[in-house]
Amino acid sequence: MYELENAKAARRRKIMNVIMWVVLLILFILFIFPFLIALLNVFKANADINRFPLALIGPRKGFVTSNFPTAMEKMHFWRVFGNSAIITVSATILTLLFSGMASFVITRNNWVACRLIFALMIASMVIPFQVLMIPIVSIYGGTLNLLNHRLTLILMHTGFSVSMATFMYSGSIKTNIPLELEEAALIDGCTRWQTYWKVVYPLLGPTTATVAIIDAMAFWNDYLLPSLILTKQDLYTIPIATQMFYGSYASDMGCILAALILAMLPILILYLVMQKYIVEGVTSGAVKG
Amino acid sequence: MKRNTTSYKVTQYLMFAGPATVLFCAVVIIPLVYGFYLTFTSWDGISASKPFVGAANYAAAFGDGDFWVALGRTLIYSAIAVILVNVMAFFLFFLVPRGIKGQNFFRAGFFIPNLIGGIVLGYIWQFVFNKAITAIGENLNIGFLKNSWLSTPSGAMACMIIVAVWQYAGYMMLIYVAGFMSVSKSLIEAAQIDGCTQSQATWKVIVPLMRASFVQCLFLTITRCFMVYDVNLSLTNGEPYNSSVMAAMHVYRTAFTNRAFGTGQAEALILFIVCAIVGVTQVYVGRKGEVSA
Repeated sequence: MYELENAKAARRRKIMNVIMWVVLLILFILFIFPFLIALLNVFKANADINRFPLALIGPRKGFVTSNFPTAMEKMHFWRVFGNSAIITVSATILTLLFSGMASFVITRNNWVACRLIFALMIASMVIPFQVLMIPIVSIYGGTLNLLNHRLTLILMHTGFSVSMATFMYSGSIKTNIPLELEEAALIDGCTRWQTYWKVVYPLLGPTTATVAIIDAMAFWNDYLLPSLILTKQDLYTIPIATQMFYGSYASDMGCILAALILAMLPILILYLVMQKYIVEGVTSGAVKG
Repeated sequence: MKRNTTSYKVTQYLMFAGPATVLFCAVVIIPLVYGFYLTFTSWDGISASKPFVGAANYAAAFGDGDFWVALGRTLIYSAIAVILVNVMAFFLFFLVPRGIKGQNFFRAGFFIPNLIGGIVLGYIWQFVFNKAITAIGENLNIGFLKNSWLSTPSGAMACMIIVAVWQYAGYMMLIYVAGFMSVSKSLIEAAQIDGCTQSQATWKVIVPLMRASFVQCLFLTITRCFMVYDVNLSLTNGEPYNSSVMAAMHVYRTAFTNRAFGTGQAEALILFIVCAIVGVTQVYVGRKGEVSA
């Protein structure tokens, strides 16, 4: 009798699992539906996209791959991609260097300046960019005339992200780096600078990975700040170029879809390669923030 | 080495925290203070002089009907989007971590929208709403799908909400999963030994212990929805008839299109304060009843 009950329960659980799996599959298809539609239509000619957006292969002109080379040429893909890559990589490296160093001195000393800057950084994390954009354009565009340089954007990205990164590094230093280790380094004759680079920094690896992933994704996808700083065409990053492209070729849907897919591709490839780290980084970053 | 002299402290501080301090102050602290000053001037963005006008910008901001309409619209949008994002995220969380076959595959798929920038997302969805959904409506002869939702004011709002749910649900799901992982397994076992069924253990033990995750997800979605700009720009660009202009877009237009920088900055500050009040209240209320194990 008891075994029969068990078998019944097991069967019910099995059925529940199948139902859940089906619900999940439907939701999953809904989630990737926009990407599927984009992929479906990017290989069609414009006439087919307009008349038959749901067809697998364009009924009139058939399978077409010309949208990609056309879009790449029109949006200057490699130049734009290069700009995005230079800016993302440099700003990420600077953020990692500067915030790691800052968190070391801030966490290990109870000086007034350290407490003050740390408090300011934490408080500043709630300030949205929209509150700062107008004065930034006014100061750096109007008075100092520093717009339209990649370096300006790189340093600004860094300035915006150091607070969060310093906060995460300092948490990691507090919990993961024993003071005895630094004392041992001091006795062995290390300066504070050497102690940081040779002893502390190598132990901060996981935090460095998390910060790098969160910031690199944010820099790569950012639109508003770059669009205010870089107004010259040859400095455009991928999001700006996409937006401009959409404005000028709104009727050439095939080309636009190709441009959108090209804009997504680098980060999707990165995600496929580093999925585990990205998921971990994004959640732990959010939990700490 | 003398470790207590002022010069030692100053050198140490500058050596380690100098670059971070300078950049942080240059883009956050100085603009914040300067922005506050800007709200008392009338500046057009070009001329060298910034005449002092007292509280005129705040008067202009309070008298700017479009701004308050945009702010109200943002409040409605945020309220609906925040609830739906979190319901969907919790539903996904509830379905996925049960040892289902291919759970990593599903999690990865649900998270993808969050990887892609708002500009690209908005344009892809614009295509979906304008072309794909209307085509489905034509083919299956479903009336309300035949015309693009983006062409009516309430439809455009619904589209913004759909995209927000799609964009953030996977991300919030991951935070719920992380919160669930941090609930100690022994507590769940103890509950089961005490005779809890699986759903009782879920609702009476796990969910209360995940309260911090809820507070955090709500805070993240509230702040993001309030400040939405990229998707707004690419999906609707305020159309039709400026009926989908959210507060952040209105601020942008006041400052950079209409060249009223002082008024724009005053409106930005008001938006920030409203958002901060909502966000902080939520965190305060949420934390008040927090349980810890």
